[in-house]
Amino acid sequence: MSEYNWQVFQTAIGQTFFIVSISVVVGGLLGLALGLVLYATRPGNLMANRPVFILLNILVNIVRPIPFVIFLVAIQPLMLASIGTTIGTNAVTFALSLSAAFAVSRIVEQNLVTVNPGVIEAARASGARPISILLTVLVPEALGPLILGYTFIFVAIVDMSAQAGLFGGGGIGDFAITYGSQRYDWPVVYISVAVMIAIVQAGQFLGNYLARKALRR
Amino acid sequence: MPQQSEVHVRLEGVTKTFPSAKRGAPAQEVLRGVDLEIRKGEIFGIIGQSGAGKSTLVRLINGLEKVTSGTLTVGQHTVSGLRESELREVRRDIGMIFQQFNLFRSRTVAGNVAYPLKVAGVPKAERDAKVARLLDFVGLLARAHDHPEQLSGGQQQRVGIARALATDPSLLLADEATSALDPETTQDVLNLLRQVNRELGITIVIITHEMDVIRSIADRVAVIDGGLVIESGSAYDIFNDPKTPEAQRFVGITLRDRPSAETLKRLRANHPGRLVTVRVQDRPGFQTTLSSAFLKRDVGAEIVFGGISELQERPVGSLTFVLNGNDTAIDAALSALREDDFAVEEV
Ligand SMILES: Nc1ncnc2c1ncn2[C@@H]1O[C@H](COP(=O)(O)OP(=O)(O)O)[C@@H](O)[C@H]1O
Ligand SMILES: [Mg+2]
Repeated sequence: MSEYNWQVFQTAIGQTFFIVSISVVVGGLLGLALGLVLYATRPGNLMANRPVFILLNILVNIVRPIPFVIFLVAIQPLMLASIGTTIGTNAVTFALSLSAAFAVSRIVEQNLVTVNPGVIEAARASGARPISILLTVLVPEALGPLILGYTFIFVAIVDMSAQAGLFGGGGIGDFAITYGSQRYDWPVVYISVAVMIAIVQAGQFLGNYLARKALRR
Repeated sequence: MPQQSEVHVRLEGVTKTFPSAKRGAPAQEVLRGVDLEIRKGEIFGIIGQSGAGKSTLVRLINGLEKVTSGTLTVGQHTVSGLRESELREVRRDIGMIFQQFNLFRSRTVAGNVAYPLKVAGVPKAERDAKVARLLDFVGLLARAHDHPEQLSGGQQQRVGIARALATDPSLLLADEATSALDPETTQDVLNLLRQVNRELGITIVIITHEMDVIRSIADRVAVIDGGLVIESGSAYDIFNDPKTPEAQRFVGITLRDRPSAETLKRLRANHPGRLVTVRVQDRPGFQTTLSSAFLKRDVGAEIVFGGISELQERPVGSLTFVLNGNDTAIDAALSALREDDFAVEEV
């Protein structure tokens, strides 16, 4: 790879790291909140609220299956209103964070459902508030599977970040296409792919390790 | 025992109906007007078959479920009228233990016991000291840093008890607390509960479908069936003289002092004569009076079945005799005994 390519590649790696890390953190937190509300408001649960539950449930069901590229186009008005642009790294990060939040919310909800209801009963019997039970009992009790769920989402975000180039977001995927395949420079393509694989592998390894620790296995 | 007469928990005409799970299906009336008085400082047993509504009843007491109608008071609080936020305060004065222990897997033994203290906002130093005291009380101080799954069932229930006692409650609810344990461990846990009651003066409501549990520790008992309390009284009275068929069944299973229908058939085949069952009574000269009633009238009386055991340091059980002799003499002996308040039943 040429000196110039190296510099571009480094910028691209930086962009991917930016997009992925912001999306994982923001999408992860938003999704956690949304998932907790989904779980808690389900009829019969800690803060049962049928209208809120039905509304959120439908919203998540509608948004989640939309392919990322289309989702990004669809939320352009929202993007414009909140960050003032619809292209570039920030725009892609914004869309990816939001998209990830919806995916994370289901993963959170599904993992909380598996927590033994008796444990929630014990916490209620201790006089704990529903919010406190959600954050200090349910999340820790489901931590192992939650970490694995987040790992899954991390990989999906890395995958989606490769499409950032379509909206001027840059990143490793964009680099591989623009400087690699379009110029028939195959080493550039392979190196890019190798870096993507390394990122995914590292994330998966870390996720598995943390989940095992949480599960004490 | 402190002030036996003061009422701690009172239920008046308490009903609980669960709405039907499916639209159109009838609502489920689980409790249909329960009246109960549980006194301060006693161990009160509630026994009934699986599905009788015992767990529902005990969950009404700390407001985990709301009563449909009727009044339920715990101490000064009318639990049946409280809002959720007010209930949370009341719950800190009520500990609860469970059949499956329901310990937090994500916390250590010490962390489990510390949880209610954290909820109550107790500062860390005070919390740690309290946790150590509680773990010492239940004999698990050495296991403080282990996780629940590293402990045996009996040890896990001890942690459950320590957690339930963390906020110094005056009332402890035990829902089938020993049903998941083997008989030996059951006795250990029941002994610990008795210690909690006697040493700390905590009122205990213990729910069970096993009469053995009642027999081991309950002072008073209520038998629940079909959503109603069908019989209640001191444990001794229920064991000594169960009035309802349901209570008789529970007592029979435990004492094994009365012949089953099959045993009776065999006894009849092997012993010509009349069979009578006499309830054992806690009175001086019980056996002498009994045998002399037969001897005097030349009635041969031989014990063919029975069992006597002890409950609250008093004898309970019954003896089945085969009686041989003149029918008039036998009738005379039986009516004399009945005159003298013996509980005699021809079987
Ligand atoms: N939350 C609930 N919703 C609907 N039905 C319930 C609920 N809780 C208990 N029941 C019903 O109430 C009845 C009594 O249950 P329970 O109190 O658990 O009995 P027990 O503890 O004596 O075995 C059962 O038929 C059960 O299906
Ligand atoms: Mg039950």
